[in-house]
Amino acid sequence: MSAIKEMPMAKAITAALRDELAADQRTLLIGEDIGALGGVFRVTDGLQAEFGTHRVIDSPLAESGIIGTSIGMAMRGYRPVAEIQFDGFVFPAFNQITSQLAKMHSRTDGKVKVPVTIRLPYGGHVGSVEHHSESPEALFAHTAGLRVVAPSSPQDAYWMTRQAIVSDDPVIILEPKRRYWLKGKVDTENPAPDAFRAQVLREGTDATIATYGPLVPVALAAAEAARADQRSIEVVDIRSISPLDDETIARSAAKTQRLVVAHEAPTFGGMGGEIAARVAERAHHRLLAPVLRVGGFHMPYPPASQEHRYLPDIDRMLEAVDRSFSYQRGV
Amino acid sequence: MQPIQLLAPDGKLAENEVYGPYIAKLSGEELRELYRYMAMERRLDAEATSLQRQGQLALWAPALGQEAAQVGTIAALKSSDMVFPTYREHAMALYRGIAPEELLTTFRATRHSGWDPRQHNFQVYTLVLAAQTLHAAGWAMGIQQDQRTGSIPRDRAEDEIVVACIGDGATSQGDVHESMVFASSYELPMLYFIQNNHWAISVPTRTQSRGPLVNRAQGYGFEGVRVDGNDVLASYAVATKLSAEIRAGKGPKLIESVTYRMGAHTTADDPTKYRSNEELELWEGRDPIRRYRSWLDSTGEADQAYFEQVDAESKDLASDMRKSVLALEPIDIERVFDTVYSEPHRQVEAEKAWLKDYEAGFAEETTTEAGGTR
Ligand SMILES: Cc1ncc(C[n+]2csc(CCOP(=O)(O)OP(=O)(O)O)c2C)c(N)n1
Repeated sequence: MSAIKEMPMAKAITAALRDELAADQRTLLIGEDIGALGGVFRVTDGLQAEFGTHRVIDSPLAESGIIGTSIGMAMRGYRPVAEIQFDGFVFPAFNQITSQLAKMHSRTDGKVKVPVTIRLPYGGHVGSVEHHSESPEALFAHTAGLRVVAPSSPQDAYWMTRQAIVSDDPVIILEPKRRYWLKGKVDTENPAPDAFRAQVLREGTDATIATYGPLVPVALAAAEAARADQRSIEVVDIRSISPLDDETIARSAAKTQRLVVAHEAPTFGGMGGEIAARVAERAHHRLLAPVLRVGGFHMPYPPASQEHRYLPDIDRMLEAVDRSFSYQRGV
Repeated sequence: MQPIQLLAPDGKLAENEVYGPYIAKLSGEELRELYRYMAMERRLDAEATSLQRQGQLALWAPALGQEAAQVGTIAALKSSDMVFPTYREHAMALYRGIAPEELLTTFRATRHSGWDPRQHNFQVYTLVLAAQTLHAAGWAMGIQQDQRTGSIPRDRAEDEIVVACIGDGATSQGDVHESMVFASSYELPMLYFIQNNHWAISVPTRTQSRGPLVNRAQGYGFEGVRVDGNDVLASYAVATKLSAEIRAGKGPKLIESVTYRMGAHTTADDPTKYRSNEELELWEGRDPIRRYRSWLDSTGEADQAYFEQVDAESKDLASDMRKSVLALEPIDIERVFDTVYSEPHRQVEAEKAWLKDYEAGFAEETTTEAGGTR
């Protein structure tokens, strides 16, 4: 038996939170404005009314406090799900996340577990002001001890959220905020794939575009557009940034022999470089061109009036695919 | 603002209507134990300092001079109260039954931590200043959660309060502010224990705060008490009174324990560069152990034989500790790989396997050379 419903990504996350709150008394939500208001994106809408102010906790306006107290609650056996209001406001909590949350299990030789989930609405294209459109995933993926995932569909969002909460490790979920209203089918009975695995979303033979989160629909559209040029593009949804499923990405790249990696974050020092290096190690002799990156520029996220020029879109992805084809081996 | 003091530096006990009764309730045995823990810690400290000088420890942070503040406070707690220490709470750790070699693992750099926090209700040391004050608040939120939902069966919740230790320097960290906001807003069962030892490495307390640190509590809407941290009896009485009030549901409290670090900040610094001899001498005159010993002696609560017995015990502790510290086994890096995550992580496993292969390669070469087969 399966329960399949059509819903937007934000509602899929709400459903996942509700199901985990109901499944385990130890699960708690904490964050700014998540109670009566239901969060600035309404993701926690109705949950406080349903589960009470003690399980859905409106916190003081203090990001380090939200993560630091979540660590303390987790040490005591709870499973806090902390909401950070926007990507750019995670930095006041950066110390607690990287020097405490990420390291607690290891520094106590495995004696203390901190199953904290951090929900981080992230990414651009929402026409907002400064600090509301950033992509800090590389900073967290670079920190050992954290898991970092990004859903791209309602189905993924539902199951990734549930899998993150039950994981004994700290997990940061990057929720692509521009996709909160993206609708899709959610099967609440049959789990989506393992949250920490990549997935081939579209088969192809000529080149691969690998991406995650908000750019997955863009990559799918780019692949569709490429058909006009008789190019068959495979699309890999990376899904998990740490651990990185480099095997699945490399397998696809080895098959199509060309790989483009795309993300909104600046390319310099970003995940694209890491993926390029890993795929080269695994499959360089199978590739017909170097792995190419499509991403943001080495600048602070620009004012939203310019974000359309900053963010990768279908054309930038296809340009990279063209560039990949322009390489000729052995010439 | 004069700190609460019961025992003057000359060893005379003053009458005090509020705090005196807490001392009157202590048995002779309990009074002697306070002395014993202070003396043991001082000996441990001296031994650790000498181990560091001999290159056996990477670093040591002496608590010399802060014995009364720590022992008086921890003795006032129940063993079910969770303590979140910084990195200098050696006397409190000893009191909670943590063995010297467990305490020194961090400083010998064999492991990041040496004890199981749940076994002693004493968290591991924290080196990032003030981070633990938020973990303490979260733990206290967990106590409230247990009380409301009964979701985790525990001892009676009123048997648990949380102690967050901080130094005077660390009070400037933003996390202390956020922790106090949480504690106050949710009326958490928390005791903030500030050891004002007058220095944050080379920077005096006045650079952290122009007024007494105790006054900060008021700004958050809770009570703070300033106590003479070199007076073990006052430290005990104040902590007993405040912790009882916290247990009764009156919300967070704060103690500013005015004491002095007589040693270096750590074995890595040179206090003569930033503080005067006169200052040190002044505080040596207020030595917490000498002061308490002279009172025990004058009241007949302890006799010469008792002091000699503690001396002998301290000596044993030091020599046992030297042996056990030198015998500490370093953690294997394999174990570090295995504890980065609770659950398997592809990249960690791959790197662990790579290191194994890489090192196995060397092992083969060495065997070959030694065997002389090539
Ligand atoms: C966030 C942070 N900044 C700087 C340091 C380096 N540091 C270690 S101890 C210390 C001084 C702390 O003074 P205080 O809080 O008064 O405690 P005390 O060492 O005197 O007991 C400093 C600056 C640190 N450990 N953490």
